[in-house]
Amino acid sequence: MTLIEAEDVWFSYDHEVMALQGISISIGKGETIALIGQNGGGKTTLAKHFNGLLKPTRGRVLVKGVETKDLPANKLAFTVGYVFQNPAHQIFSSRVRDEVSFGPRNAGLSPQEVEKTTSEAIEKVGLKGCEDVHPYDLDYGKQKLLTIASIMSMNPEVYCLDEPTTGQDHRGRRMVAELIRKLNSSGATVIVITHDMRFVAEVAKRVVLIANGRILADMATKEIFERLDLLKSAQIKPPQITLLACALSSYNVPRNTITIQEMAEAVRILLGSR
Amino acid sequence: MQEMTASSRLVEVRELTYAYPGNTPVLQSISFEVKKAEMLGIIGPNGAGKSTLCKSLNGLVPHFYGGSIAGSVTVADMETMRHSVAELSLKVGLVFQDPTNQFSGVSTRVDEEVAFGMSMMGYSRDEMQPRIEGALRVVGLEGLEERSPYELSGGQQQRLAIATVLAVRPEIIVMDEPTAQLDPVGKTEVLQTMRELNRQGYTIIVAEHEIEALATFADRIIVLDNGQVIEQGDTRDVLTKVKKLKELGVDPPSVTELSYILSDELAISREKFPIALEEATGLFSQILRAGTK
Repeated sequence: MTLIEAEDVWFSYDHEVMALQGISISIGKGETIALIGQNGGGKTTLAKHFNGLLKPTRGRVLVKGVETKDLPANKLAFTVGYVFQNPAHQIFSSRVRDEVSFGPRNAGLSPQEVEKTTSEAIEKVGLKGCEDVHPYDLDYGKQKLLTIASIMSMNPEVYCLDEPTTGQDHRGRRMVAELIRKLNSSGATVIVITHDMRFVAEVAKRVVLIANGRILADMATKEIFERLDLLKSAQIKPPQITLLACALSSYNVPRNTITIQEMAEAVRILLGSR
Repeated sequence: MQEMTASSRLVEVRELTYAYPGNTPVLQSISFEVKKAEMLGIIGPNGAGKSTLCKSLNGLVPHFYGGSIAGSVTVADMETMRHSVAELSLKVGLVFQDPTNQFSGVSTRVDEEVAFGMSMMGYSRDEMQPRIEGALRVVGLEGLEERSPYELSGGQQQRLAIATVLAVRPEIIVMDEPTAQLDPVGKTEVLQTMRELNRQGYTIIVAEHEIEALATFADRIIVLDNGQVIEQGDTRDVLTKVKKLKELGVDPPSVTELSYILSDELAISREKFPIALEEATGLFSQILRAGTK
């Protein structure tokens, strides 16, 4: 089922430079998609069209069949949740609990329902025990987890996460990856903007490479990482494991090996130990 | 570990314990040494004390932050407790995570920004000019002298921050997660600058999450967790302790982790674990060539 449809979308912030130049993309229920590409290429601008924060200058974006220009952003937020790159752009409450309960309170849920969805979201991102802490007393990585929780409490069908792993240590990164897998297995669609290719290999099934306001490639994660020339032209370094797989392709290691586990498995198969 | 001679030992941290005012210690009994021209990587989870340790090396901890301190930090033969931050800054340059925190905020040009720190130290214009040129050349910003620092890309801003530190010609450069907030292009630029500085003989201490990069150019690594040194040693020795690193929540290079996973079945001993791509290509070519004949 298609949830989001962008049709020949053009967008300009200043009526001069086109930040998006004819983007068409269709996003289905339950997908995990990574938007990758250099800064300034249009990733965030495109993602902000998915929940109506931005409306196309030309072309149209449909969410569940309705054009975003006909929908107020506060209504769309319950279908498409957007987590900003910089937590400071999102956080405004003075307690973790209030930040997370803001969405459901505004949705008119009963106090019991608000409490339930808030507690669940806080627990899922690993912030249990921090309910009464001031968000700015959390470190940057935890602030990012908090901003994800404050979207999760609204239970949207689509999550747009803008650079969720920036400022995270490895443990935080793993936590975000686990969270995305959980959201996805409960049926949510997850769109993640990131520069972290190891993370992409672990969480995304599909990759959309964006440069200069255009889609340069839209393909399965396993396919794109072995396209070394394409990635190089966009100044993107594939995961170290894929580089190893490509270097070993003369020994029949599949070039589309992207995770450590896959690589271990490939070696076992080739050595006949599997 | 080999005993260092006093002259080659540029940084010596002995039993350093430190607490910010009114808090429990964030650093506990930390000891390590850094030789001249060495590059030391500091790794560990967020909140482990990496930033505080960096700030202790130029005296910001404790002179600026206060708090209670025990043990000693000696940099270029100066005990930090006995010298002011101003004196120490001639010997130790500190580069912050967010380059804009480093900027004076008053300079409208890249070269003025580099001059700013020096002019505060009383250098004359004649002394400054060659230093500005030299510092900008090392970080690859020559030609951008007239730009505003705020018009630069993230990677360029961080390289400018490094140049402002270099111009003072310190003996030791300390960097606190200098690539954490940069995009991949910026990260690569700064990591390359780091490598170049080390090649030129600078002594560098860097807190960094980019393990796969550190693996290729750090001489030694210390692992911090909860304010304590959990591991320290040669880069290879530390990064091949895969199980221990994973338990701490630190991911070793992917190729090292791969070798660890396969180590029992393929009888790869820890000393043979690759820490860089080229080494891994060599090792696995050999294994596959032998095994698939």
